[in-house]
Amino acid sequence: MSTREAQREPSEWSLTLREFFLGQEGVLVVFLVIAVVVLAFTSQNFLTSKNLLNQARLMTEVGLLALPMTYIIITGGIDLSVGSIFGFSAVMLGWLWQEQGFPLEVAIVASIVIGTLAGLFNALFIVYVRVPPIIMTLATLALYRGLAYGVSQARSARGYPEWFFRFGQEDTFGIPTQIWFFIVASIITWIVLARTPFGRGLYAIGNNVTGARFSGIPVDRYLLVIYTFSGFMAGLAGFLFTSRVSTTRADSGTGMELDVIAAVVLGGTSIMGGRGTIPGTILGLVLIQLLKNGLSLSGVKGDATIVVIGSVLILSILINNFLQRRFAQA
Amino acid sequence: MAATSKAYKSQTVESGFSLRSLTHLLGSQEFILLMSILALSLVVYSDNPRFGTERNLLNILSNASYIAVGAIGMSMVIITGNIDVSVGSLIGVLATIAGQLAVHDYPIWMAWTAPILAAMVVEGFIGFLVAYLRIPAIVVTLGMMSILKGGLILATGGAWIYDIPQEFFLAQRQPYGIPMPIYFMVTLVILAALWMHYSPTGRAIYAVGGNAEAARLSGISEKRTLMTVFILHGFMIGVAGLLFATQFTTIQSTVPPGLELMIITAAVVGGVSILGGSGTVIGAMLGAILIRVIQSGMIFLNVSAYWLQAVQGILILLTVLADILRRRRQAASIGK
Repeated sequence: MSTREAQREPSEWSLTLREFFLGQEGVLVVFLVIAVVVLAFTSQNFLTSKNLLNQARLMTEVGLLALPMTYIIITGGIDLSVGSIFGFSAVMLGWLWQEQGFPLEVAIVASIVIGTLAGLFNALFIVYVRVPPIIMTLATLALYRGLAYGVSQARSARGYPEWFFRFGQEDTFGIPTQIWFFIVASIITWIVLARTPFGRGLYAIGNNVTGARFSGIPVDRYLLVIYTFSGFMAGLAGFLFTSRVSTTRADSGTGMELDVIAAVVLGGTSIMGGRGTIPGTILGLVLIQLLKNGLSLSGVKGDATIVVIGSVLILSILINNFLQRRFAQA
Repeated sequence: MAATSKAYKSQTVESGFSLRSLTHLLGSQEFILLMSILALSLVVYSDNPRFGTERNLLNILSNASYIAVGAIGMSMVIITGNIDVSVGSLIGVLATIAGQLAVHDYPIWMAWTAPILAAMVVEGFIGFLVAYLRIPAIVVTLGMMSILKGGLILATGGAWIYDIPQEFFLAQRQPYGIPMPIYFMVTLVILAALWMHYSPTGRAIYAVGGNAEAARLSGISEKRTLMTVFILHGFMIGVAGLLFATQFTTIQSTVPPGLELMIITAAVVGGVSILGGSGTVIGAMLGAILIRVIQSGMIFLNVSAYWLQAVQGILILLTVLADILRRRRQAASIGK
């Protein structure tokens, strides 16, 4: 496998027009158009700006996590603990403010810092002790969720002041406030991945980590950055989530890693590493959100959506493998 | 790296120092676990003697049984370098299948065997995707977890199953005063340990996990070994599901929260190397018992049960850390 990937031409890394239409992004755009048309015809409520903006609002939290997850999966790693960091920082926000009496502003900043530190903790073990990312983040999935339950004793924090809801429930410049966070984060992560030595280095790590080391890429530092970044984004998303739903609970974000990984993989990022783009991830996110929206508009119960997302995850990898094999032959 | 550590081990055996084999035994994961279980039990007992009643100790072992049986299969899966996070959801589905069959007047033997077969089919499918279509096990089982979880709630609405015939409750029986699950745990652990140690397929599991390329060159089919492992794992999860389903007089048609983490923790803490290639099922059983001792100890020491999951996370981290450091030391001592 590694030999095959090592043989890949560098020119394949840049997105050519032909690849776009034959590759994952092109297929996704087609799916997206079909989904929009079908939804528009089946439900009158779908193609309204109110519904679409609301869907974007709901998509933001998973979206913020999917951006660093794209980086991580491109390097051939994974972060299963994002849902737990998300829940843990949200709980800490509520706990610091309500139980410890800190000003809410301080609690917000502290909760994001705690998320970042949780990511850094993952990163240190993965990079310096060489614990495989799956096992490390599975252990901290339990640890951070356990801390969320332990610290809060499963009590929820509520009763936040009015200004706090500005981030999660109100609009800024005509669109839901949190979408601005997502737009800015998307643009930055896109440019960094596609146009900087750091971004290109992530692909190199995913294709051949030994080769990357020998070509002088500071692999350890890059990995340290992306897992920490994942924690930071989980903390940020946890704060926006708290602002959106007005309450913090220890089980917030349980199972969220599934949504995040499904969006990234659906977006064409190879689970084996070395391939993937931010626009692809955003397409994957939008498609999954449309699926959820479509299911709920047609009256399907919420539990059906996790069945669908689980199937999407497995199927998209199968299709991904198939497409990759076809490219390898061409 | 696993291969070199094995070479090192066989060297120590050849040199034949009984002192060395003694230190080897004392340093083994199983021994450390046994000592931790005893030490922890003593600490809790000295604070609250009610911990030491026969009833409570049997309870701990009985509650550890289905975790241990599940951890047998999980150990094999992890030894091959894979993982299965869908087992908790699967056990929830199996319990519902068993309960529904029993409550709808199917013969009891059918209610007992159907979940085992169902688990083998599901795990066989997972094994096929992993072995033949080369999808990473973590992704397959993450997807499967949500399919099973969502599917179960969709099909049943999470309803409770009542009025199950009394003879269905296998796990509640107590031949010779010892709860039935303990018999299952001990028998299956012994059988699996012997099989993994002496049968060619059992050895092949270690070979595939230790060095897939070397295993292939020595004529071991990685795909077939993986299929065998996942189907056997399915059998064990089926039995675990059966023990889980028959322990109380009602069954809730939902997924038991955190069960997959408990089973994975038991396997990893039991000394199954997360780098693949080594570990034993006896260790996995001790891991399961340790978790239950901690859980019971927390109750007796009045520590909030909400901390249990954090403790499990720390247990995995400590074990993994010890495993990696041990391997580094071994690698370094070969270099000398």
